[in-house]
Amino acid sequence: MASITDTKVGSHGHDHHHDESFLTPKSTMWATIIDWATTVDHKKIGLMYLVTILFMFLLGGLAALAVRLELLEPTRTVQTMLADGSVKTVIEGQLFTVAGAANVADSNNLYNKIFTLHGLIMVFLVIVPSVPASLGNFFIPLMLGAKDVAFPRLNLASWYIYLIGSFFAIASALVGGVDTGWTFYTPYSTMTDEGHWKVVFMILSAFILGFSSILTGLNFIVTVHKLRAPGMGWFDMPLFIWGMYGTSLIQVLATPVIGITLLLLVFERLFHIGIFDPRMGGDPVLFQHFFWFYSHPVVYVMILPGMAIMSELIAVFCRKKVFGYRAVAFSSLAIAAIAFVVWGHHMFTAQGEVASAIFSALTFLVALPSAVKVFNWIATLYKGSISLKTPMWYALGFLFLFSIGGLTGLFLGTLSVDLHLHDTYFVVAHFHYVMMGGTIIAFVGGLHMWWPKMFGKMYNEFWGQIGFWLVFLGFNLTFFPQFIMGVHGMPRRYASYVDEFTIYHQLSTYGSWMLLAGFLVHLFNFIYSLAAGPKAPPNPWGGLSLEWTDADSPPTTHNFSHDPIVTHGPYDFDDVVPPQTKPGEFPLPAPLPAGARAH
Amino acid sequence: MASIPADKHGTGSVENLPPHETYRHAEHFRNAADEFDAAKMGVWLFLATEVLLFSGLFVFYGVMRMLHPEAFIHGSSLLDWRWGLFNTIVLLLSSFTVADAVRCAQSGDQKGLKRNIVLTFILGTAFLLIKFIFEYAPKYAEGKLPGAFFSYPNWESPYEPLWWGLYWGATGIHASHVVVGMGLFIWLYIRAKKGHFGPKHYTAVEGVGLYWHIVDIVWIFLFPMLYLIH
Repeated sequence: MASITDTKVGSHGHDHHHDESFLTPKSTMWATIIDWATTVDHKKIGLMYLVTILFMFLLGGLAALAVRLELLEPTRTVQTMLADGSVKTVIEGQLFTVAGAANVADSNNLYNKIFTLHGLIMVFLVIVPSVPASLGNFFIPLMLGAKDVAFPRLNLASWYIYLIGSFFAIASALVGGVDTGWTFYTPYSTMTDEGHWKVVFMILSAFILGFSSILTGLNFIVTVHKLRAPGMGWFDMPLFIWGMYGTSLIQVLATPVIGITLLLLVFERLFHIGIFDPRMGGDPVLFQHFFWFYSHPVVYVMILPGMAIMSELIAVFCRKKVFGYRAVAFSSLAIAAIAFVVWGHHMFTAQGEVASAIFSALTFLVALPSAVKVFNWIATLYKGSISLKTPMWYALGFLFLFSIGGLTGLFLGTLSVDLHLHDTYFVVAHFHYVMMGGTIIAFVGGLHMWWPKMFGKMYNEFWGQIGFWLVFLGFNLTFFPQFIMGVHGMPRRYASYVDEFTIYHQLSTYGSWMLLAGFLVHLFNFIYSLAAGPKAPPNPWGGLSLEWTDADSPPTTHNFSHDPIVTHGPYDFDDVVPPQTKPGEFPLPAPLPAGARAH
Repeated sequence: MASIPADKHGTGSVENLPPHETYRHAEHFRNAADEFDAAKMGVWLFLATEVLLFSGLFVFYGVMRMLHPEAFIHGSSLLDWRWGLFNTIVLLLSSFTVADAVRCAQSGDQKGLKRNIVLTFILGTAFLLIKFIFEYAPKYAEGKLPGAFFSYPNWESPYEPLWWGLYWGATGIHASHVVVGMGLFIWLYIRAKKGHFGPKHYTAVEGVGLYWHIVDIVWIFLFPMLYLIH
């Protein structure tokens, strides 16, 4: 804050350069580009991640729109016509190798490739890195009162590794794409595409992205342990940090297992070692066990960051201490721990009855810490001074959508019910309600809350809320009908369907267009804000964590003009902030007297 | 890992002092001790990922052995345990020399530090040479190869290609870790020669040492699993 810049202290002194915003460009364009490409500043790396992840989100979203478009009619639609040559495009025969193919089988293959691409991009390139690598990178050091993450150069390396991994994924799509589904189940992934590199490229992509994920997680764990500001104990940390800590633990402990599995899968394809091939004595189901031993914990790598953001959104926009801080903090660790013992619920049809019953019972345990969080957030809302800004709308949207997503998960965890529901659109709807209705919704909400801090510009509130309603309604329109058709027996991953499902599929496809419109509104709102938005104050929402109270908007290169000392908790609104004089106001905490921060 | 080159911060106002005497910690740490602890914690977390990676491999071994014990027993009997034992001794010796390297860095014994790094490097090379000349090469010639490349005529179980797949996979992944370690020792030697390490700063020596120990420990598990259990 401007009022205390005169009290700056620091062991190595500051020159003028360090008091500038980290976004200040260099003298020439090339110097600026090289500065960003070689930066070890966690804020710049976070923004570079943000841009690349949003670009991947666009690619994955386009694939999703293509999938929905195909399903607009029971049989013949765009991809069919592309395949039989009744629609000519400039990319025909290059992007997808279906030129001149005049049969339905080829168009179905194309459909398989597109939903596989959608799944792979959204899981490995978007949701897994989304919040930790972008908002986490940017805000973990700021919230802890640190100048950077523990290993800044590893942090930059993780971004380049992410780029290399993305390159392999996109290369695989460009040379023809894979149709294994995002799970790479054997024998799909070992028998199809014989002699080609597409599957190997895609597996390598996931393998390489794993390193990026491990480096990010490892960095955050050490940062939280070693770089907390003086006065910040474990239970003085914002809950965002606790969520990120749980996420990082899973990233570090689960990712190596998929690493060895994918490595063996590559060996299997290249050298036919036979480990997943029953003809040679191998076991294809073993792959499923190993895949889910990683990929189920990773589901919580995807949702925990969403929950982490939720605690901040609710606290800041209700101006109230989060109800049950320790319960929320420990539930993050509980989710991380339980994550490792429930993988078998993805394999109810591929394992013995006893194992299925045990995994089913363990699965219900996940509901406990998840419910602890949801109930604590709702309790925080009670008697809070709620300001219905865009981020708060997103927080409420999360509560609504995640509750549906979480509760339908119990249906699927129940053996007898799952017998009917497995591999139907009910599953598709369930995990979209959790992954997208949970993580992406919280991500977009967090992006709005922290946008002023990251760029020093306010977004337009009116258009922010228009965007929210388009996304929220579009989301429900897209995915709620999928619950219904799933219960009625519509299987997932099919390009065509019987006529009675038409209405649900059409509603779902219209919803996907509404979602597109909502995200475009957000995108233009953000771009407009960068170009012409009003300047943001250091603390537009009256938040109490260090990134609001002690850093500029946007922060300076070294984050703080002084070494922050923690004098109050991140949610002590009752103690340090004057009460609102009118609704929707964000009173600021009283600044400390000059000199109080020098130590 | 994550050590900052000593010449990064300032040029050392005191003339004629080696870099490790004038080492300044990276600015985002409060002091050098914090930086050292953080680097060490980072290495330990990295080692945890290595342990999990190899645990996955061991589970694959366990499952496959349970499914086809006869293939594994016969396959194992075709390995020469004497070369395995010899390589175990080579690696254990290298563990001793790398531990001694850390001690030398701590006590400021520059000569001993460099000697131990070179010795460890030589022992690592010996491990790889023994592996390639006396183990990999004859097996390659006899067709004791993974999966589809298997052409060894005197097999007893049709699932022996699977055993060779795991043998080559497991020892290959381990050998690739040894190769990475050798690269790290070259890097350490160059830095040691420039005088980067001393009692006040030896983070990289400690980190690489820890890594080398995990490479040894993995071999300590691989050796009985592949060569000894019948």
